[in-house]
Amino acid sequence: MLIALLTDIHGNREAFSACLAHARALPVDRFILLGDYVGYGADPAWVVDTVRMLVSEGAVALLGNHDAAIDGSDEDMNSLAREALHWTRGQLGMEQRAFLADLPLIHEEGSVLYVHANGYAPRGWHYITDTLEAARHFSRVEAHITFCGHVHVPMLYHMSTTAKVGSFSPVGDNEIPLLATRSWLAVIGAVGQPRDGVPAANYAVFDTARQSLRYFRVPYDNLTAARKVREAGLPEKLARRLEEGR
Amino acid sequence: MRLRLSPGMVIDGFTLKEHLGTGGMAQIWSVEREDDPTPLVMKFPMLIDSDDPIPIVCFETEQMIMPRLSGPHVPRFIAAGPLDPQPYIVMERIPGPSLKARLSGVPLPWAEVVRIGAKVARALHDLHLQKVIHLDVKPSNVMFRETGEAVLVDFGFARHEQLPDLLAEEFREPFGTTPYMAPEQVLEDRADPRSDLFALGVMLYFFITGERPFGTPKGGQIRRRLWRDPVPPRARNPECPPWLQEIILRCLEVDPNDRYATAAQLALDLENPGQVALTERAERLERDSGMKTFRRWLKARKAQPLETPNIVRQLAQAPILLVAIDLTPGSEDLSEAQRVLLGRILSMEMEARVACVNVLRLSRIGVDVLEDEEGRSLHVQRLIQLRHWGAGLEIPKERITYSVLEATDPAAALVDYARHNNVDHIVIGARASSAFRRYLGSVSSRVVAEAPCSVTVVRTPRERRAEEE
Repeated sequence: MLIALLTDIHGNREAFSACLAHARALPVDRFILLGDYVGYGADPAWVVDTVRMLVSEGAVALLGNHDAAIDGSDEDMNSLAREALHWTRGQLGMEQRAFLADLPLIHEEGSVLYVHANGYAPRGWHYITDTLEAARHFSRVEAHITFCGHVHVPMLYHMSTTAKVGSFSPVGDNEIPLLATRSWLAVIGAVGQPRDGVPAANYAVFDTARQSLRYFRVPYDNLTAARKVREAGLPEKLARRLEEGR
Repeated sequence: MRLRLSPGMVIDGFTLKEHLGTGGMAQIWSVEREDDPTPLVMKFPMLIDSDDPIPIVCFETEQMIMPRLSGPHVPRFIAAGPLDPQPYIVMERIPGPSLKARLSGVPLPWAEVVRIGAKVARALHDLHLQKVIHLDVKPSNVMFRETGEAVLVDFGFARHEQLPDLLAEEFREPFGTTPYMAPEQVLEDRADPRSDLFALGVMLYFFITGERPFGTPKGGQIRRRLWRDPVPPRARNPECPPWLQEIILRCLEVDPNDRYATAAQLALDLENPGQVALTERAERLERDSGMKTFRRWLKARKAQPLETPNIVRQLAQAPILLVAIDLTPGSEDLSEAQRVLLGRILSMEMEARVACVNVLRLSRIGVDVLEDEEGRSLHVQRLIQLRHWGAGLEIPKERITYSVLEATDPAAALVDYARHNNVDHIVIGARASSAFRRYLGSVSSRVVAEAPCSVTVVRTPRERRAEEE
């Protein structure tokens, strides 16, 4: 079975549509969404409605920190995120807000864990940005494979039988076997706000039969998405991020 | 071993037949699968000493890389089993012994050493094209198909450019088999495809002299190869031709930039001895002086590993270019246009190798007169003209080769040459199309259609004007 993993969509309709179309063309069998549907982008309502539709068709959608902050506290956020959040709150209706508030933090299937930020404190929203953080995750989480987002930049961490943790920066469309002999923590890059200098959207496909992972980059109409951010009156920096991918 | 292995045992549908041998880190059994006549082997990593993680990481590495490989120069991957209860890899069985069987007969005749070297170099090039560096090239890891192609086995130390390098992340120590390890591998650099050319050089040296160029060092002695050059092969075996010594010592250069840029370029030299540009290396009969060695030692103390691998870029900047030159009178403008284009390509692809080729067309029936009225060989005359053409290119002479092919079918001869020599790019001239050419089919259009690589067709301004008229 092929599972498409999408995360950090951030109200970017153009990027989300492009990734969904790419995944459907493969075709994938299922969608698992790792959170952060809103914040930063100009189409939060459309994105939330699309996620709801996917869930009604059997997809799994998890809670991200931006989704949790819609009806919760935003005190941990930087000013840019907070400004976008205030604007986003005004764009969402009661039903959409209720849908986000009810999303689960984690999802487990056998020895595979799906979560937005990390496995050791899902609601703490700590970022996994290096092997030390990854080692912390591996030491506290039983799962053989964990998929998360939150960082926006794709990275693959792995731990050997002797508890040595390594990292690998995935390149191109390339199938990586997730060997049964190690533990894996796959950070999936952002759909809606890539930050590694490449504007194309990120997503990944987990092949459960082959136990392998493919990271994809999907070019999308980022100039339109950026224009809509400007037209919405959101901070200029958010528009430029989409244009430059950083 | 977790399971006690014995003939007749069935593991995941594979029946164990015969214990073929035990290597440093694995046991090999021949196995059979129901309804599958393919001869297979099953490889089990030795996990007796659970304190030593190297066998398991090598096994993981091989399990990751092998399914990605294809072609005649690797064993076909069949299946792999996880750690629990018993890790294994099943692959196609390559019949016959490895090159290790030849070690009892060293020194081998030089023609045999060259034949082996060319085959292994072609296998290595095919592996490098698949973004993999072997990093443990040695006689016991080279086998041969019944059809003659060399097959590389054991990818436990290998590195795939697009997969995590589990070995580098697990350990901080050099990997490989010490007599064959390249200097940069000693420095824990696992990023350079030219490391495999060094190991091949060690192998050829061993085959031609009967001795290993750096012995079988242990511990800190491994580093000596960073500054101490080996005794020249001809000092140990005078039968070794100077051009073969040139090739072997070039493979054994400390700095990868002084070796061949690609295995394909090495294969080209091994198969064209007459074209090997001889340097001081060819004549050397003694090792370097103390002063030169001392300077290398000083340099080695500061040596640092290189950056991350970029096998694709390394190969891309060192392509083999085939330029097909038409020497018939009246083609001068076309060959000049080809030279201009080639100059531009060489200015970007800094380590390119150029093969200038002309086809001497033979008639299908009858006897060809291959001499002119004054009895001069046409073949030799063509070679002289080719050299004259190549002299106008700014390229060191060791990177240019001249060949005159005699063939009844020029297009087929060019395509065969390109295929055999791993040519990356053909530059061929063409006259503007005319009704006559369209009817007969031109050499260039057939080369475009049939070549295994990129082809650039060159036309001159005169041809463009002719077409407009």
